[in-house]
Amino acid sequence: MPINYNLPVFEVIRDPSRCIKCRVCERQCANEVHSYDEENKIMLSDEAKCVDCQRCVTLCPTHALKIRENENRFRRNANWHEATIREIYKQADTAAVLLSSMGNPEPLPVYWDKILLNASQVTNPSIDPLREPMETKVFLGKKSTEIKRDSNGRLITDMDPQLELALPVMFSAMSYGSISYNAHECLARAAAELGTFYNTGEGGLHSDFYKYGPNTIVQVASGRFGVYKAYLEAGAAVEIKMGQGAKPGIGGHLPGAKITDAVSRTRMIPQGTDAISPAPHHDIYSIEDLRQLVCSLKEATGYKKPVIVKVAAVHNIAAIASGVARSGADIIAIDGFRGGTGAAPTRTRDNVGIPIELALASVDARLRDEGIRNNVSLVVGGSIRSSSDIVKAIALGADACYIATSALMALGCHLCRNCQSGRCNWGIATQEPDLVKRLNPDIGYRRLVNLMTAWDHEIKELMGGMGINSVEALKGNRLMLRGVGLNEKELSVLGIKHAGD
Amino acid sequence: MKYVIIGNGAAAVGTVEGIRSIDTNKENTITIISSEKHHTYARPLISYYLQGKTDPERMKYRPDDFYEKNGCTLVAGRTVNKIYASSKTVLLDDGTEIGYDRLCYCTGSRPFVPPFAGLDTVDKKFPFMTLDDAEALAGSVTKDSDVFIMGAGLIGLKCAEGLYGRAKSITVADLSPLILSSILEENTSRMVRAHLENKGIRFLLGDTVEAFNGNTAKMKSGIEVKYDILVLAVGVRPNTAVIAECGAKVNRGVQTDNKMFTGVDGIYAAGDCTETFDISCGQSRILALMPNAYMQGECAGVNMAGGSKDFENAVPMNAIGLIGLEISTAGSYCGTVCEKKDDDCYRRFYCENGLLKGYIILGDPCRTGIYTFLIRNRIPLDSVDFESLMADPCLSALGDDNCKCLESVV
Amino acid sequence: MKRIFINKQWCLGCHLCEFNCAFANSGKTSMVTALKDKQVRPRVRVEEHGKDTFAFSCRHCKDPICIKSCISGALHKDNGIVRIDYDKCVGCCTCITVCPYGAIARGDDGVMRKCELCVDNMDGTPYCVSNCPNGAIVFEERD
Repeated sequence: MPINYNLPVFEVIRDPSRCIKCRVCERQCANEVHSYDEENKIMLSDEAKCVDCQRCVTLCPTHALKIRENENRFRRNANWHEATIREIYKQADTAAVLLSSMGNPEPLPVYWDKILLNASQVTNPSIDPLREPMETKVFLGKKSTEIKRDSNGRLITDMDPQLELALPVMFSAMSYGSISYNAHECLARAAAELGTFYNTGEGGLHSDFYKYGPNTIVQVASGRFGVYKAYLEAGAAVEIKMGQGAKPGIGGHLPGAKITDAVSRTRMIPQGTDAISPAPHHDIYSIEDLRQLVCSLKEATGYKKPVIVKVAAVHNIAAIASGVARSGADIIAIDGFRGGTGAAPTRTRDNVGIPIELALASVDARLRDEGIRNNVSLVVGGSIRSSSDIVKAIALGADACYIATSALMALGCHLCRNCQSGRCNWGIATQEPDLVKRLNPDIGYRRLVNLMTAWDHEIKELMGGMGINSVEALKGNRLMLRGVGLNEKELSVLGIKHAGD
Repeated sequence: MKYVIIGNGAAAVGTVEGIRSIDTNKENTITIISSEKHHTYARPLISYYLQGKTDPERMKYRPDDFYEKNGCTLVAGRTVNKIYASSKTVLLDDGTEIGYDRLCYCTGSRPFVPPFAGLDTVDKKFPFMTLDDAEALAGSVTKDSDVFIMGAGLIGLKCAEGLYGRAKSITVADLSPLILSSILEENTSRMVRAHLENKGIRFLLGDTVEAFNGNTAKMKSGIEVKYDILVLAVGVRPNTAVIAECGAKVNRGVQTDNKMFTGVDGIYAAGDCTETFDISCGQSRILALMPNAYMQGECAGVNMAGGSKDFENAVPMNAIGLIGLEISTAGSYCGTVCEKKDDDCYRRFYCENGLLKGYIILGDPCRTGIYTFLIRNRIPLDSVDFESLMADPCLSALGDDNCKCLESVV
Repeated sequence: MKRIFINKQWCLGCHLCEFNCAFANSGKTSMVTALKDKQVRPRVRVEEHGKDTFAFSCRHCKDPICIKSCISGALHKDNGIVRIDYDKCVGCCTCITVCPYGAIARGDDGVMRKCELCVDNMDGTPYCVSNCPNGAIVFEERD
């Protein structure tokens, strides 16, 4: 037998003074890490299979389990990191492109953490959101800047189609296929209860979820999976997916094993075949081509639904956004390089794209400079982790945020980053019925609603502290932001002053 | 409305509770006439009483306030000598007459003692039927007693278990070559016998006493048995004399319809004195079992009070422990036999026409009610996973449809 | 009256209900001291047949055959809950022989044990319900 170079990454630490051998860990691990030795009456672990999803740790009734990184170390080397060496061994075994999932985990700067918020003191009063009205409702869509009158001189008040959000957060695109039916049900029900939107991703819309249409954004991506008339008409808005923050420049590949009967019907492709989304839309090679698709979709939906164009944050994002704003789109969604994915080549995920904070600041500035900011609403995503990230994003110029990773975490995701395996122990990124049932939508949707309700309270608190009583009034108010530990260039791209300045 | 119940056992309590589930008006009195002086107690517990596992206080079948709460008058220590069906009165042994509108006859059974020669020469001899019998026996037996039990049926062997450890030796004799012949077949009977012999109980089977002479019994086989204490547990006979006289139909036991009505105006009957239609064998027979007595009584009570209830799915069943061995049985032993054996359990099933008819389980009685359910509800075995049920009784092997007929399982 | 119901579709077969039940009825304050190296005798049990699993405990039937069959009068109804008077029960197993659900079993002391909806050890929700990770066991009022 050849040498196995792939050593266990994690260690299972079982406290024998606590373990009652209930075997819950064994039953709950789809990776078959735990087993029970009947003869010696002990629990065993096959650590090589562990992905550190924390399912066993979380369900162990006596808290007898811990998963930690294997303490074994290759010889220390500041250039050849432990992970890099492992990847080389793995590729030498498999000759395959490395696959990863969820967002970029590398220690690259998180600008949200280097931006601080202002608060009112003495010269302007802060607002107590428990006593005074505070508005977190936002409308997304084209805002007319010119005043139009009819032949009788009456004001024309027709607005372009708008999305009304009760709070400035939406659940961003995750396809049925990449995540489970139950995960989709959680998102759909939570969006409906919260008065916001979830997004089908490129996987089509399961027939059971058409009833959530008024809270659904239907996506049209390069694979065109599941797109047909009723689908477009079902949603409240249509999103054209040009790119994704986790893997800008490349398409998608959902392996045939995940194309179950229901997924195949929803995607409208044969069962068991790989679902391949091409890297580009083969009919879009210019802004003009994009405009054609935007107009086609508007025509198909009777000009009643806003069209969103989603792009990944890449180097020329400001120019790209400027083009998109002129394409007839109502909303631009920009996805930063930390955005999640159900599967992406590791090298792409970890090395392509730019931080959403910088992309947002430059896009907002560019559109203002060009006088076309009101042509579109800006929605940003790609690792929005908390209500303060949202408040900072709005102050940088966003109209609303897209969240997905934090939503999945509310459903149980522990960021083990093994979605590509299809054996999600939390019932989220899997199509295996035994695993899917681990996510009870009655519980999951409630947790999502709780998370968003909490964030809404916090957004109100933070705005109140600044003396601001509506999201609309906070939007683009970069005076409310200060940088810490940022250089001049970073501050100038972000368009904010340094703390103390 | 005046209710009278003759008897104070499980059937009588069932009758009271049946009546009160319909007729809550306590002005409609219930009179209970009992030949024993005790509060209603659980008779099968007398062997546990001998073992010291319970006491007369804890043996009370219902709480102290049972009669008061249910508007009952207990006439204790009196027997009914006559029922006048035409005038709807009963005559007690002290001459009292009590009128009734509805009567339930729950007189149970009495020990049957064959006319053994020389029985009158035996000093310490006891039946084993009532709490008084058990108390008398308990008062007589000592660590040095040699006990001779006539009868290797349920009563005789439960008595042997009760005395186990309290007497020097226990010998059990029975005319039948098999012990517990009413609830076991040959194989299981031998297994139980081996277990009991292993525990030190001596059996004289296929043998009976020719003559008693003081402390010695001479058996037909010629064996002589020395003893200090004799327990007579040869058999029981239903108490049917009084009701037979007033015109009710009596075969071995009192005959009733499904509503426990005897056919004599206002008179119902329940318990060990009656015959029941056993659905597992399709015959009418005496099912002298406490659960059966209660359910018959309850059924009679409901119908006496103007409700409507049928008792129509009676199945014989027994759960007894004998010095560490659990025995669970139900139904009838006809049809094909299937066996399952493992280290600590032997299961024997009888199937006929695609139905489970009966079972005998020696060892762990875990979830045997699921088998009883199959018998009682006549569940077709092709609708369940019977192979896995035999090894491990569980609801999931019953299949969704059968589970649904069990109230709301899912 | 609130009773325990099973949402079969959400049962994961993890058996946590069994261990939490045994713990709740142990009288101990730690699950480790209650269950470590002990024979676990839960009053709820997870039924498994192939991939199908569901947790099951006493139904507290409207017309309970166990009570009618109890030879010692130990089984009784208390506020709709089928309960056992442990003092009276002699461990004869008649109730086991009649319960069609197999919901009664013998305890360590030889006396019968069954689900009593945690009335003696909790202040509201039975422990199997509050500790089910997936809402597969619920405690609610139904017709």
